[in-house]
Parts: sequence; structure tokens; C-alpha cells
Amino acid sequence: MARVPIIEFQKVSKRFGTLQVLDQVDLRIYPGETTVIIGESGCGKSVTLKHTVVLLRPDHGEIFFEGQRIDHLSEKNLATVRVNFGFLFQMGALFDSMTAGQNIAFPLLENSDLPNDEITNIVNEKLRMVGLDGVQEKRPAQLSGGQRKRVALARAIALNPKVILYDEPTTGLDPVRSDVINELINKLKRELGVTSLVVTHDMASVNRIADRVVMLHEGQFRFDGPLAELRACNDPLVKRFIEGRASEQELASLGGGVAR
Amino acid sequence: MSNPFAYIGHLERELMAAYGRFWIFAGRTWSWLWIGFSNRRNWRLLTPQMYEVGNRSVFVIMVTGLFVGLVLAVQSYGQLEAMGLAERLGVLVNLSVVKELGPVLAGVMLAGRVGGALVAELGTMNVTEQLDALRSMGTDPIRYLVVPRVLACMILTPILTIYADAMGALGGWLISVVMYGVASEPYWYFTKEAVVSWDIMTGFIKSVSFGTILALIACYKGFHCRSGAEGVGRACTEAFVATFIAILVSDFFINVMLESIYKALWGFTPLVGG
Ligand SMILES: Nc1ncnc2c1ncn2[C@@H]1O[C@H](COP(=O)(O)OP(=O)(O)OP(=O)(O)O)[C@@H](O)[C@H]1O
Ligand SMILES: [Mg+2]
Repeated sequence: MARVPIIEFQKVSKRFGTLQVLDQVDLRIYPGETTVIIGESGCGKSVTLKHTVVLLRPDHGEIFFEGQRIDHLSEKNLATVRVNFGFLFQMGALFDSMTAGQNIAFPLLENSDLPNDEITNIVNEKLRMVGLDGVQEKRPAQLSGGQRKRVALARAIALNPKVILYDEPTTGLDPVRSDVINELINKLKRELGVTSLVVTHDMASVNRIADRVVMLHEGQFRFDGPLAELRACNDPLVKRFIEGRASEQELASLGGGVAR
Repeated sequence: MSNPFAYIGHLERELMAAYGRFWIFAGRTWSWLWIGFSNRRNWRLLTPQMYEVGNRSVFVIMVTGLFVGLVLAVQSYGQLEAMGLAERLGVLVNLSVVKELGPVLAGVMLAGRVGGALVAELGTMNVTEQLDALRSMGTDPIRYLVVPRVLACMILTPILTIYADAMGALGGWLISVVMYGVASEPYWYFTKEAVVSWDIMTGFIKSVSFGTILALIACYKGFHCRSGAEGVGRACTEAFVATFIAILVSDFFINVMLESIYKALWGFTPLVGG
């Protein structure tokens, strides 16, 4: 079966100063699949997510959404593309000046003509989905880190987007909550056919949600394949990462530091 | 960067690039200003900003204006008195306040008070990815955040300048008439003769320009600050310095421009002796 990717990166490169974060990266995301990006801290996972909705523009290469090239569109034209996406930011990025409820209502107010009571219903429904009904009137500053993340998730799914980009959805949550979020990601896929691109460090989560895993390392995809292949992968670097073992080298630098 | 010339070249390129980015930013704000204005839904964004700007600064602006008037009168009284021109004190004080010191000092004061708050607010939104979040939801942060703030400053700076002017006039009057006993009637008569609507318009044009400048620079700096609390703090300082300089430079050019227009229309009119 020839599948058509919903998102496609073609030889995308990005550097910040002297740091080459992405180096001619090719990536295809297929509709209805959950793709997980793993990789060490600071390797460019968040940067990759931001490129998919062109919050960052590539230095070289092209980005496509549903076959249309989007990396060179103006901000104004990108707006119509971006409403197909929900973006959960790593730190939540809730608007401080608004309550949790207003945060979730924001994309609805900006992008639809729904009446107010309808919007209130959607807000309540989305909050229930992330297990947080009742915090509508609270400000982000009054919420815990994990609660903020879940409010941000509720906001990301408010418009029922086709594609959801999750930047570490379970970081900072207890194991039970994490599992609820994993189940939510699976449920959205199952029931609404949502395409997900998930950045995570949480291997338990990877095992629960991934159809496909890519591992980013030094600007390139070191591994790209279905979850089953990841478990069988023989690449020592990938193996160490999924088992959570540091290399001799990494431990050596620590030893020197402690002895001092 | 061992070669100092290479470094200066690099610095200059950076500076020019930043300058270019600022004008692109200003241009986008300008275009959204008109698009945004036609949509009533955007209007509700303006009210809270107006409240913030006005509420934050009315008091400090009035204090500034008052003391400018007091100082001007105290400084000039001796000289004018010696020339037997003490009754013209009102001309000097009020003309300086309305045309020059009111708008400039109100602008500088607002750059510190309102501009600083804007950089901090937008800078924090920038480093916590709230601006990216807006964009990711299809909302242009320039339309949603910058336009109402620039508009609020554009509208309120002239109004606040009028407050400063009024307090300046009060200060001048207190020193001249109340303290030094200059006759009240000629004091106001000469003032009315000298301060004409052209001068008031000069002050108005200046204050609108300064308000726009301070808001644009503050928003630009907030949108482009480096990450972390330190980045926001630095952006605040940089924005204030840049605004101060921009206000003085544009004050000079507005003066040159208006002066030549005035001369073309009415020729030269001396203040004293007519
Ligand atoms: N706007 C930016 N300007 C300059 N450098 C940046 C910018 N965004 C990211 N970087 C740099 O790019 C690199 C990759 O950042 P990124 O946020 O993608 O890491 P990450 O893989 O998400 O890490 P983590 O798991 O810690 O979140 C980092 O070294 C970071 O310093
Ligand atoms: Mg990240």
C-alpha cells in the first residue's frame, strides 16, 4: 500500500550560530500514526516539532503539509495551515494573563464563531478529558507544573486538530497521570484518527503509544522504524538510550568531578 | 574575533540587521493597525491596554510636569526680572512646556513607566513560548498584542502630555505669581499672546510620535529578547536607552520640519518686543 505522508521534511537543515541542530533531515509522518521522537536532551527534538508548523524556518530544505509546501509561506498564510495542528509546548506556554478556562477557549474564540455556551461546554469537556475538571477559574500561576501541562494539552486539542504535536506530554506527571495521558493519546488516535508526533524521554510512554520511533542524534535520525524494531535494534547508542545506561565516557567525566 | 576591524564589521552588520528587523516589525504593525481596526472584535483588546497605560502613569506624569514648571520659573525669574521682563515669565515657561519639555519629558517618563512594563510583559511571553503558542493557534502576535498596545500609547501619550502641560503651567504660575509676586493679569495676557494653536499642535504632533516610538521599540525589544529572566532585564534597559535617543532625535527632526513649515506659512515672528 503506497501511503501518502501528511507531514514531510525534505533535507531540512537548521543551525543556531555554530550549532548544527538539524542536518539534512528527512522525515515522513503518516496520517493516523503516532510517531515518537526520542533523543538526548538538547539534541533538537523541540526544534524539530517547531519546524513542522514553521514556528522556526529551516535554513535549507523543504517542509510539506498534506502535499503543500509550507516552509516559505507568509505568517498570514501559515495561520490557515496551523489551525490543523494542536501544539503542546514543553513548558505549557499557557497565557499568564488568562484563567485556565480562558486559555482553552482562546483558540475557539479566535478561529470559530461558536456561541459562548458552546465554547464553555467544549472547555469543560476538554478539561474532563485531561482529568482536571474544576480548574476553569484558576490562573496558570495557581496550578502545579503537571496541572499546567494538562491544561495546555486541553488547549492543544480544543479545535479537534488533525495533527497533535506533543512536547514531552508526561514529563512532570506522576506515573498514574502519565498513563492517563498515554491512554488519551491512543484514544484520540483510535476514535478521531488523529496523527500524533510525540517528543518524550519516558520509555514507558514510548512503549504504550508509539507506532513508530525515530531517534535524533547529532542532527540526524539515528534510528527510524516501528516500535518492534527499536526493541530489536543492535546499534549500541540506541540500545544504551532505551535502556537508560550512560556510556563509559559519560561516567568518566562524572568520576573526575566527584573526586575533586 | 581576533581582528578588531572584522569585529566592528560584524557589529555593524548585526546593528543594521536589527534596524531592518525593527522597520519590518513596524511595517507589519502598521498594516495590522488598519486591518485590525476594521474588525470590531479587536476593539475589546484596546480597553484594558488603555487602562494599563493611563492608570500606571497619570500620577508620575503630573509630578514630572509640575516640577518642570517650577524649575523653569525659578531659573528664569532672575534674568527676566533684571531686564524688566518678569511679566513675560509665563511666555517662557508655558511655551517651553507646551512645545518642548512637556512632550519630551512625558515621553521619556512613559518610556520608563509604560515601555518598561511592556518589554517585561512581552519579553516574558516570548521566553516562555507564549508568543509561539499564539502563532501556533493561527493568531498573529502583532495583531493580538502589539497593535492594541501601540494604539493605546498613541492615543494616551498626547492626553497624558496635556496633564503634564497643565501641571507645568501650574508650577510656573505658582513660582511667578504666587511666590515672586508677578502681576497675574499681564502674566496670562502675554502667555495667551505667545502660546498659539500652532504651538499646541507642535506639542500634539510630538507626543503622538513619541508615544508611537516608545510603544514600538518596547514591543520590538520584548519580542526579540534573549531567553531567561536576564534576557528580559537586558531588553528593558536597552529599550529605554533606545527610546530615549529615538525621542530626542525625532524631536530634533520634528522641530526642523515644523519650523520650516511655519516659516513658509507665516514667516518669522519674534517672541519678545512685538
Ligand atoms: N531559538 C533558539 N535560538 C538559539 N538556539 C536555540 C534556539 N532553540 C533551540 N536552540 C538550541 O538548539 C538545541 C536544541 O534545542 P531543543 O530545544 O530542540 O532541544 P531538545 O531536544 O528539545 O532538548 P530537551 O529534551 O532538553 O527539551 C539546543 O542546544 C538549544 O540551545
Ligand atoms: Mg525540548
